[in-house]
Amino acid sequence: MSEQAYNFAYLDEQTKRMIRRAILKGVAIPGYQVPFASREMPMPYGWGTGGVQVTAACLVPEDVLKVIDQGADDTTNAVSIRKFFLRTAGVAVTEATTEASVIQTRHRIPETPLTEGQILVYQVPIPEPLRFLEPRETETRKMHELEEYGLMHVKLYEDIARHGQIATAYDYPVKVEGRYVMDPSPIPKFDNPKLSGSAALQLFGAGREQRIYAVPPYTQVVSLDFDDHPFVASKAAHDCDLCGAGESYLDEVIIDDQGGRMFVCSDTDFCAGRRAAGHVGRLGGAV
Amino acid sequence: MNGSLDLPLLSVRGLSKFYGSRIGCADVCFDLYPGEVLGIVGESGSGKSTLLSCLAGHLTPDRGEVIFQTALGPRDTLTMTEPERRRLARTDWAFVHQNPRDGLRMGVSAGGNVGERLMAVGARHYGGIRDKAVDWLGRVEINADRIDDRPSAFSGGMQQRLQIARNLVTGPRLVFMDEPTGGLDVSVQARLLDLLRGLVREMGLSAIIVTHDLAVVRLLADRLMVMKSGHVVEQGLTDQVLDDPQHGYTQLLVSSVLQV
Repeated sequence: MSEQAYNFAYLDEQTKRMIRRAILKGVAIPGYQVPFASREMPMPYGWGTGGVQVTAACLVPEDVLKVIDQGADDTTNAVSIRKFFLRTAGVAVTEATTEASVIQTRHRIPETPLTEGQILVYQVPIPEPLRFLEPRETETRKMHELEEYGLMHVKLYEDIARHGQIATAYDYPVKVEGRYVMDPSPIPKFDNPKLSGSAALQLFGAGREQRIYAVPPYTQVVSLDFDDHPFVASKAAHDCDLCGAGESYLDEVIIDDQGGRMFVCSDTDFCAGRRAAGHVGRLGGAV
Repeated sequence: MNGSLDLPLLSVRGLSKFYGSRIGCADVCFDLYPGEVLGIVGESGSGKSTLLSCLAGHLTPDRGEVIFQTALGPRDTLTMTEPERRRLARTDWAFVHQNPRDGLRMGVSAGGNVGERLMAVGARHYGGIRDKAVDWLGRVEINADRIDDRPSAFSGGMQQRLQIARNLVTGPRLVFMDEPTGGLDVSVQARLLDLLRGLVREMGLSAIIVTHDLAVVRLLADRLMVMKSGHVVEQGLTDQVLDDPQHGYTQLLVSSVLQV
């Protein structure tokens, strides 16, 4: 089969219509999980089948696409999805956050603030925040319907009882616009404050679980917490060793067998941008 | 006990539930007054658990009324909206299951189990929730140092006591109990009954206890209903029914108890 045999962005137009309807419904009801008829995609579940379908339904030929995996543009997942759309949609791709109109992400929100008109697409493995506390889908839907979210705090209670603090570091539950409790996909809780009041449209796609949900621009998103144990957006207590940034989310990298390690920005575009602007971290000159 | 004894807390009229052509329970009528404990006895399959489930809103009866004295006046719980009924179920009502595994979250620590109802009604202060959990564990005779253990590490009797603490922490007014002492050995049963009796008296609770154990109702219940094949065959004061049974089936039931 030639590449021309594909419709633009792989999915057929009827499927895209179906997904767009789900997206519109999701935007109309922020944080509500809209069921949709997820398709088989040419990649395994867990590799972003949901995000890819949402991106395919959003793309237009003029779009500029950026794909990140854990903040990086050059890891396997990001590279393969970028290539996928390069071949099936022929859209322009970029690594620069500011140039992109659609950004598909796995587990991070870019450090550079997003702007109006941008769309951020998340890959979601498990969309139901209550799943590990209440295994019955019928019951969790009822709990969302009736706004019975006490159970979410039981999870945080257990964290504090066991670890002395809220130890949930990613996948941290949030409440959207005072109504639905939402799973923000496994982003670090450091990124949670960026969900709230963002200028960009944020879409969440879960392929295996067949759910789409959305946070429209300038929507209030609050991380759940206790009065005496407030939410803290935590990160490693270091500066980036390449660009010296003190305010970005860091990855810890082991660099030798003697226990040597370095901390680097997980957002590669942000780090490269700072280095190009002349910022140098502790090991920035040597690498 | 409190003063408003003239108004029944729960008023049941003509409650019937059918499973196809079979009778679950038929035409049950009774009033339950504040602070009163009602025992429902009968053999297996007599419809007592069906009746309890219908009262607690777990099953939808086919006919009848269940009128509960809410804070805002009497309401028929069967015609309530589901959110209202569920709110009632986690504030004014409590349900103690026979098997504590049905009523507890086995993967959540004892403190979390007790705190769940508090958090469900809006408690958001960790220290406050924990203090209350410690207090309630003490009241049901569980050591405070077990607060972070999971129920799976507890004995059967402790699990049942934990379930009771979890249910009573929000200060309900009406407790449904389905065989609360079933599956426990006799000495543990005796302690649990002592504890329950104390809590019921101290908090002025009303309770409906379903059991097949006449000793349990003798100890706990003020009034007794005897069921057979879905029908109430006899009701009255506990001592009266047990000491001077009128209906043939009640006589059989009372005489079946082994005298040690």
